[in-house]
Amino acid sequence: MHSHLFLLVLFALFVSLVFAVIARDDARGQIKLGGLMFAGFIASALVLGWLMYPFPL
Amino acid sequence: MRATAADETQSGALVLLCVASWAIPGAGHLWLGRRNKGLVFLVALPLMFAIGLALRGRIFPFDLADPLVALAALADFGIGLTYFVAAALGYGAGDVRAVTYEYGNAFLIVAGLLNVLVMIDAYDVALGRK
Repeated sequence: MHSHLFLLVLFALFVSLVFAVIARDDARGQIKLGGLMFAGFIASALVLGWLMYPFPL
Repeated sequence: MRATAADETQSGALVLLCVASWAIPGAGHLWLGRRNKGLVFLVALPLMFAIGLALRGRIFPFDLADPLVALAALADFGIGLTYFVAAALGYGAGDVRAVTYEYGNAFLIVAGLLNVLVMIDAYDVALGRK
């Protein structure tokens, strides 16, 4: 379990699942919101990761 | 205006609901008959906390001398009984040398904070706001 990407995906999965179940009552709405949130987490993490790539730490 | 016995009973039940919802993730929703939601929280939140422990995250102590540590401890505390069980079993010492240490902390802290949100949601459902 040392892959950063795997842990990021796992984290995004849990957070989007819980938020979607809190925010929506119907299964269809939960899947739609959860999927959108999950995709948003992954996409923003990848974009921010590449944007930070040129900056040495 | 004095509170009636019915009001006091209702507020007592609400406090009990919130305590149950904090102590066992999803218990509030199960109590209110939201079975599917309750089961999702009951599985997902303790699992997230357990993954945080497996990643060698730290259950932070309530150290008021270090405000950030105290805030992290407060967030960890949000997971309820799982916090005490993990601490009693000796988990959550944290290993700062582990490559997954910060990931573990993120899982532990966010699991606690999500459970607080779940508790607030159960409170809203009980009041008929949702």
